[in-house]
Amino acid sequence: MSEIMKAKDYQSGIHPVWCAGCGNYGALAAVYRALAELQIDPAHLVNISGIGCSSRMPYFLKAFKMHTLHGRAGPVATGLQLARPDLKVLVTGGDGDGFSIGGGHMPHLGRTNVNLTYVLMDNHIYGLTKGQASPTSRREMKAYTTPYGGIEAPMWPLLYMLTYGATYVGQAFAGNAKMCAELIKGGLEHKGMAYIHILSQCPSFNKMDTADYFKSIIKDIPEKHDITDLRKAMRLVYKFREQEKEPVGLLYKTQRPTLDDIMADLVKQAGGSKDYDIRKIIDLSRP
Amino acid sequence: MTDCTHDMIFRIAGDGGEGIISCGDFIAAACARSGLEIYTFKTFPAEVRGGYAMYQVRAGMKALHNQGDTFDIFCALNKEAYEINISHLLPGTAFVYDDSFSPDIPDGVLAYPIPMTTASKNLGFKKAKNMVALGAISELFNIPAKPLKDVLSDKFRTKGEEVLHSNLAAFDKGVELATCMEKVDKLQLPKGTESKDVIMISGNEAIGLGALIGGLNFFSAYPITPASEIAKYLAMHLPKTGGSLIQAEDEIASISQVIGASFAGKKAMTATSGPGIALMSEMLGFAFMSETPTVVVDVQRGGPSTGLPTKHEQSDLLAAIYGSHGDTVRIVLSVENVADCISMTVDAMNIAESYQSPVILLSESSLAFSSQTIPTPDPNTIEVVQRKRWDGEGEYQRYEMTADFISPMADPGTPCALHIATGLEHKADGRPAFTQDNHEVMSNKRFDKLKSLPDHYHPVEIDGDLKTKADIGIIAWGSTIGVVREAIVRLREEGISVKGFYPKLLWPMQVDQFETFAKRCNTILVVEVNHQGQLAHLIRAETSLNPVSHTICGGMPFTPANIEATVRELL
Repeated sequence: MSEIMKAKDYQSGIHPVWCAGCGNYGALAAVYRALAELQIDPAHLVNISGIGCSSRMPYFLKAFKMHTLHGRAGPVATGLQLARPDLKVLVTGGDGDGFSIGGGHMPHLGRTNVNLTYVLMDNHIYGLTKGQASPTSRREMKAYTTPYGGIEAPMWPLLYMLTYGATYVGQAFAGNAKMCAELIKGGLEHKGMAYIHILSQCPSFNKMDTADYFKSIIKDIPEKHDITDLRKAMRLVYKFREQEKEPVGLLYKTQRPTLDDIMADLVKQAGGSKDYDIRKIIDLSRP
Repeated sequence: MTDCTHDMIFRIAGDGGEGIISCGDFIAAACARSGLEIYTFKTFPAEVRGGYAMYQVRAGMKALHNQGDTFDIFCALNKEAYEINISHLLPGTAFVYDDSFSPDIPDGVLAYPIPMTTASKNLGFKKAKNMVALGAISELFNIPAKPLKDVLSDKFRTKGEEVLHSNLAAFDKGVELATCMEKVDKLQLPKGTESKDVIMISGNEAIGLGALIGGLNFFSAYPITPASEIAKYLAMHLPKTGGSLIQAEDEIASISQVIGASFAGKKAMTATSGPGIALMSEMLGFAFMSETPTVVVDVQRGGPSTGLPTKHEQSDLLAAIYGSHGDTVRIVLSVENVADCISMTVDAMNIAESYQSPVILLSESSLAFSSQTIPTPDPNTIEVVQRKRWDGEGEYQRYEMTADFISPMADPGTPCALHIATGLEHKADGRPAFTQDNHEVMSNKRFDKLKSLPDHYHPVEIDGDLKTKADIGIIAWGSTIGVVREAIVRLREEGISVKGFYPKLLWPMQVDQFETFAKRCNTILVVEVNHQGQLAHLIRAETSLNPVSHTICGGMPFTPANIEATVRELL
C-alpha cells in the first residue's frame, strides 16, 4: 500500500442495504474514518461478522472479510487472529448476534483478551427479522412477538464486557460519528480485546428507542474519570443507570497480555519451530 | 480360544481405581519390546472414580486386526470383575484372581488364587495390588522378564527411587507367589523377534501424530470423551512445530475458530465426538458454502444424546455425511486401525486443502484407546498437499468458475485479492445473489467439485478375487474391517467362499466399486456396530444393491466369531 488512503477509499463499492435513517450508517462512516486515520492496509485488515443488519458491514468495506453465522463472529475471529497475529481483526455485529445467540462467546473474547476490535451496533431490536425484542430491548417495549410488552429484563452489555475482561471499553451514539470514529480508532490501536458499543437507532422497527431517545439518554463520561480503574468504570455505569443515562466516551483501558502473545510465549517455551523434526515426537511412542 | 502358538490374549479387570490400565500398559509395552505385535482393548467407566474397568492385551507374532473373540488369561482383581466375566470363562481359560473372594470355578477353567490384597497389605503398600497381580501373571505365562522390568523401571523411576522400589517389591512378591503354584495350563506367550522398528501408539495419539505430519498449524477443541486425548497429544506437541491451539468454550466455538484459522491460510482441525458433531453441524454447512478447508475428527461413541460416552459404536455415519441443513455433504473418511489414524489424518487434511470442503474423519471409541504396534512412520515419505492459491494473474474472484470447480484461494495479506467468504448464496465474486440460476450454478459447483475425488483417492480394499464367485460378500467399515479380516480367514479354512469389501472413503461413495464387488457374490452382508444399519441404508440408497444388514449395538465391537456365525446362518 503506497498511496494515502482516504475514508472513502475503504468503501468496497457495494452500497449498504440498510434503511434510511439507520444508525449503522454512522457506525460505518466512523469505521471508514478510523481506518483512514490509521492508514490501515486493506489487505491486512479482516472484517468478520455474524448475522443481522449490522453484520452486513463487511460487504461494504474494502478488506478481507468473512460473513459467518449468527452469533459466531467472535470465535471465528479468535481462530483467525491466533493463526495470523499479523492481521488487524475487526468484528462488527449487533446486539442479538453478540449478546443473545453469540452471548456464550463474549466472556471468552474478554477473558482471553484476544487482540481484536469488536464494534457492536446496538439498536435494542432484531431488525433483519422485522422487529422482535432483543436482549437489550426495554421490557415495556411492545414488539413483533411481545404484543403485551416483554417479560425479560434488558442486559447491560458494558458491565458484562468490563466483567469479562475486555481491556478497552467505550460507548458512543451512532449520531456522533466523530466520537464513534475516535473510539474505533483507539480500539484498533489498542493491543487486546477492544469493545466499542454503539447505540444505533433502528428507524423501521424500534419506534421506542429512536435517535432522539438515544440522544436524550447519553451523557459524556466526565473528563476526570480514571479510565485505568476497573471499579470506577463499573461504578460509573451503575451511577449513570440510576439516572437513566448511558455514558458515552472511553470508559476503560488497560494492558494485559493478549491471547496470541501468550501463545507465542508458549511456543517459545516448547522450543517451537517450523523445522522441528517430527521424528523426535514419533520416537516418544516407542514401546 | 485363540490359537496360542500365534497369539495370546490377556484380560485384566477390576475397579477403576485399582491400576488396571497401568497394569495392562506394562504388559503391552513389555510384549512390544520383545518383538510381539500388540492390539489392546479397554473399557472404563463413564464415572471418574470407581466402577468396572477392563484392559485386554492381545499379543502375537503376526499382524493383529482386532481385539479377538475372547481371552485366554483372565485376571480379576475383585469379585465384581469376576462376576461380570463369568460367562466368558470357557474351558481352558486360565483364571488368576485375588483370593479375597472365593469364586465358583467353572469346569475346565484353570484357577490360580493369588493373595494380591494380603500381599500388598503386608508390604505396607495397598495400592500395589495390581503389581502383585502383574508379577504373578508374568511368571505364570512367560512375559519376558527383562523388557517387563525395564518398562517398570522407566515408568516408576520418574516418580522417585522409593516409588520404584516399592512397586518392584510388590511385583517380585507376585512372581514369588506364582512360582509356588503348580502350572496347570499350557499357555505360554509366544516368543517375539527382537529387531522390529515399531512404535506402539493409541488411535487418538495416532490422529494427533498424523495431524503433525500433515502440517497442522492450528487446533481447537472442546473436551469430550472419547476424543480428548487428541487434544492432549497436540497440546503437548503442536507448539513444538510452531502451531497454535486453544481449548474453546464449546464445540461451536472450536469449529468456528478452525474455520477462521483456515480462512487465514493455515491448516486447521478440530476433534470431537457425536455430540460435538451435532453442535458443529451449522458451521460445517458454512464451511461447505464458503468453501473453506476444514477437518473434523469424530471419535464416535455410543449415542444418541449423551448415550454411552465411553463405549464403542459406529453410529455417526449419516450425521457425518448429511448432518447439516440445506443441500450439503461432507467428505467422510473412516479409519480401520491405528495405522490408518496416522495416514488418513494426513489424507483428510490433504483432501480438505485440495477440495476446499469440510472433511470428517471417523474414528471409534475402541480405536481411540487401543494401543497397537505399527511400523515406525517416516514423515519424509508422506505426501503433504497445499491448497490451490491464486497466482496473481487477472482479477481475483474467490468463487471463480474453473474447469475442476475448485477456485483458487488467497490468504489475507495477498494484495489485490480482497474478498469475502460468505454463508449467503453468492456469485463468483462473493457478492450475495439469490436468483434461481445462480443458486443452481453454485450448488452444482459445490457438489461437482467433489465428484473427482474417488478417481484420485480410493482407499478401498478387496479381500478376495473379483473374478471368482463367492457365497457371501462382506462389506464393513471402520474397525469392524479388522474383525471381518480374521473371520474371513477362518471361514475360508472351513471351506466357505467369502470375500470382503472394505471402503474407507465413505463419501463421495464409490458406487461402481460396490457394484463390481457385489457382481459375483450370491449374498452381500453389511456388518456394522449401530442399530439402524447406517452403511447398509446408504448402500441401498446409492447403489443397486440390497444387502443383508447385520448390526449389533451393545457398546462393544464385533468379534470374529460373531461374524463367522452370521455368515454360516446365511449359507
